[in-house]
Amino acid sequence: MADTKQFCTFYLGDLFFGVEVENVQEVFRYQDMTNVPLAPAAVRGLINLRGQIITAIDLRCRLQMEDWAEGKLPMNVVVRTEEGVVSLLVDEIADVLEVPEDDFERPPETINEITRELVRGVYKLKGKLLLILDTKKTVHVGSENSVAGTI
Amino acid sequence: MDKNSKPDSDFEKGMEPIAPDMTPDSINENVAAGEPGASSDDSSEDMSGMDAIINEFLVESNENLDQLDQDLVDLEQNPSETNILASIFRTIHTIKGTCGFIGFSKLESIAHVGENLLSKLRDGELTINPPITSALLSMVDAIRQILSCIENSQNEGDVDYSELIGTLTSLQKGESVVAAVPAAESTPGPVQVEKDEEPPAPVAEVDEKTQSSSPAPAPAGVQAGEENSPKQQESRALTETNLRVDVKLLDRLMNLVGELVLARNQILQFSPNEHDSSYAATTQHLNLVTTELQEGVMKTRMQPIGNIWNKFPRVVRDLAASCGKKIHLEMEGKDTELDKTLIEAIKDPLTHIVRNSADHGIETPDVRKAAGKPEEGTLKLRAFHEGGQVNIEIIDDGGGIDPEKIKNKALEKNVITQEQAQRMSNRELVNLVFAPGFSTAAKVTNVSGRGVGMDVVKTNIEKIGGTVDIQSKHGQGTTLKVKIPLTLAIIPALTVVTGGDRYAIPQVNLLELVLLEGEQAVKSVEFIQGAPVYRLRGNLLPLIYLNEELKVDKKHDTDTINIVVLQADGHQFGLVVEGVSDTEEIVVKPLSQQLKGISAFSGATIMGDGKVALILDVIGLAQAARVVTQNRERAQLESSEKTQATGKEKQTLLIFGIGKEGRMAIPLSMVARLEEFKRSEVEKSGDQDVVQYRGEIMPLIYLSKMFVGNQDYQEKETMQTVVYTQNGKSVALVADKILDIVDEAITVQRGSNRKGILGTVVVQEQVTDLLDAEAIVRENDPTFYDDQSLATV
Repeated sequence: MADTKQFCTFYLGDLFFGVEVENVQEVFRYQDMTNVPLAPAAVRGLINLRGQIITAIDLRCRLQMEDWAEGKLPMNVVVRTEEGVVSLLVDEIADVLEVPEDDFERPPETINEITRELVRGVYKLKGKLLLILDTKKTVHVGSENSVAGTI
Repeated sequence: MDKNSKPDSDFEKGMEPIAPDMTPDSINENVAAGEPGASSDDSSEDMSGMDAIINEFLVESNENLDQLDQDLVDLEQNPSETNILASIFRTIHTIKGTCGFIGFSKLESIAHVGENLLSKLRDGELTINPPITSALLSMVDAIRQILSCIENSQNEGDVDYSELIGTLTSLQKGESVVAAVPAAESTPGPVQVEKDEEPPAPVAEVDEKTQSSSPAPAPAGVQAGEENSPKQQESRALTETNLRVDVKLLDRLMNLVGELVLARNQILQFSPNEHDSSYAATTQHLNLVTTELQEGVMKTRMQPIGNIWNKFPRVVRDLAASCGKKIHLEMEGKDTELDKTLIEAIKDPLTHIVRNSADHGIETPDVRKAAGKPEEGTLKLRAFHEGGQVNIEIIDDGGGIDPEKIKNKALEKNVITQEQAQRMSNRELVNLVFAPGFSTAAKVTNVSGRGVGMDVVKTNIEKIGGTVDIQSKHGQGTTLKVKIPLTLAIIPALTVVTGGDRYAIPQVNLLELVLLEGEQAVKSVEFIQGAPVYRLRGNLLPLIYLNEELKVDKKHDTDTINIVVLQADGHQFGLVVEGVSDTEEIVVKPLSQQLKGISAFSGATIMGDGKVALILDVIGLAQAARVVTQNRERAQLESSEKTQATGKEKQTLLIFGIGKEGRMAIPLSMVARLEEFKRSEVEKSGDQDVVQYRGEIMPLIYLSKMFVGNQDYQEKETMQTVVYTQNGKSVALVADKILDIVDEAITVQRGSNRKGILGTVVVQEQVTDLLDAEAIVRENDPTFYDDQSLATV
């Protein structure tokens, strides 16, 4: 039996993504959030998760995909990173998959630049490809903000 | 294990100190036998047991050393205080005993000679004098140095202390020496010799080189009769009622209490929807218990400011010695308490300010004499609580700051432009010392004058939500006022709404709220080259529109303008928001990494309904919008100059209008709050008009009816009232309009025979009646002051 790894998977449009299970704290449905003015575009807002305030990152925006359709509410995948606990907003949450290490491959050069930067690699599964997100890079949203006159 | 027990007692049981050449490994058995807490039956634990002993020794010794510094300085001033001496002796003896025990030979030899010197002092063979104090202080420094070495690298370091040991030895023989160079960074100059002593001779030849390796072990049971001194008993009593608690645990408790406060706020919001009286009673009870628990947990984290001040006598003494000055240090309010994290945060800034005052502020004795001042300068530290904040004042009676000198220096260093310099008030000029890269020390000393420092002091204090302000009278002294919040974790805040979202503003920054409606709203905001301003009681208040700063769209256009008057960095400005909600206690949570760079926010919090709200960083907003206002400061400066000219006591008065022309004043200290009530809220209780206020029935007293006899107050939509509270009872004095709050030196022109008037005063060059609130309240309700004796104003 070859080495396997477990991934928590989710969809974003027609793309199928995965994050290592050990980095995922929990997943939950859409919850109202507080808008943060002046924040980087990918920061959608702040969520109260049982008394803990977590930042929600809009993965569609982060991967430069088009915005959610009107009325479509994203779901939360809460990941632990070195920079604290962050929620990733995704379309649909799928299963936890166990995939063999042998099917791993570096991302192809042809996909768009930002996706290639954030995707560590691809697992070739039956009938679809699983893109593995580098959570650390994903949640590192530049906080260079355009506040006029900030000293 | 009782961590506070002094190891003293263990050494007095006749245990022979271990020879200093023994290695720690070889004494494990002795440790196991003689030290409580070391497990004797588990040999594998020996090393970790040893570590625990060493750690405890380090913690305890460091505490004791801080006390020593202070004791020695005290002792120098009161040489006859035998119990101070006894306490010093005990501390050194304890350190010596313990390190002999653990095998720190270097430390032991230093403590040993120190102890010998101290025993001579204690037995009255020698009297304390500055060289001896300096030598003992250097010994304390040396011990500190070794302790930190032990802490960081588990060995005693390789510094050679034989010179210090030599000095201590010769002092003990009654020879005079020049103080050894202390291990600290300050180099004392010529030692100030008081009394009728000969100046210290150069270092006497020490005829026998003290061998630092093998000190004679102190005979067991060397403790003299102070074993049962009251202090000793007191410390024993303390150990029985005190516990050491890990700070992490306290932090965790604090977080949990924060959660509880939030949950409490949420429950209180549901409360009105429930009509079950027992439910209401329970929530009320929960509310009270939570508040008390919060206060209790906060108190556990509180420490007296004396903990950091205790270092200052030593700091000031060394500084005075090295600069050839005489400085007397006074401390007031040492037991003022504040949160542990804040204590740590202000330690360095305060030390810097104190050093600065001693170095730049207080002049040398000859300069002081020439200026007609006493040779000895006074440096005074005051700490006190006021309005939910801790105020710390550092006052010196030194040379003060010359605004002209500052101006020239600032121009020279390009801190300000010529044009700015023209426009700056003296007070603003003095506050330039906080500008980066600014230093007025004529020469760089090892104490200060490198031009870093005061700006760092300011940023560090502002980082914890505090403010620092400097006032100086040239030739007479300088006062630095530092204000810091009591705690950072849970703060009262005002909730405002803009663009449909709520934001919290810490009340520390809040001055007042102004609501402009209809006609007023259109007219009263004026523009200076496009910058909006509002005239607040004659002063121009620059306005910032929150939605513009945050770049959010307005939710709805209303014809009212809400101005939240804020203070940041000594400047005032008005923040225009769409709506003002209420105030509540909020728990401050830090922002995540992604949002750290936004200067408009200082954190986030969870509101009563469970939603997240951002906390506005008032200083960040002010800086972003470049708000500067000098008017109010000027006005204050001018009035304070006037006061000094007349030399009268100043009072803060609230001025309000009665009838068409009448002006009345009441001391602000008697005013609990200013409230506005709608006519429709007024109810009747008998023939008394009352309003419901904070769950109580509050009677209204119409001042205009009382003094002018007119009935205008019945026409008005809203009523401006001054709430006066004594012993939990409140009344509302209804004024026609609130005019101003002024600081003025007043003299009551004449007594008055009118009822309810104490007299007439001239405020802002206008005749104003001084209200006798008590008489008025008594007239209205003769039982109001029952069961209490009241100090009259």
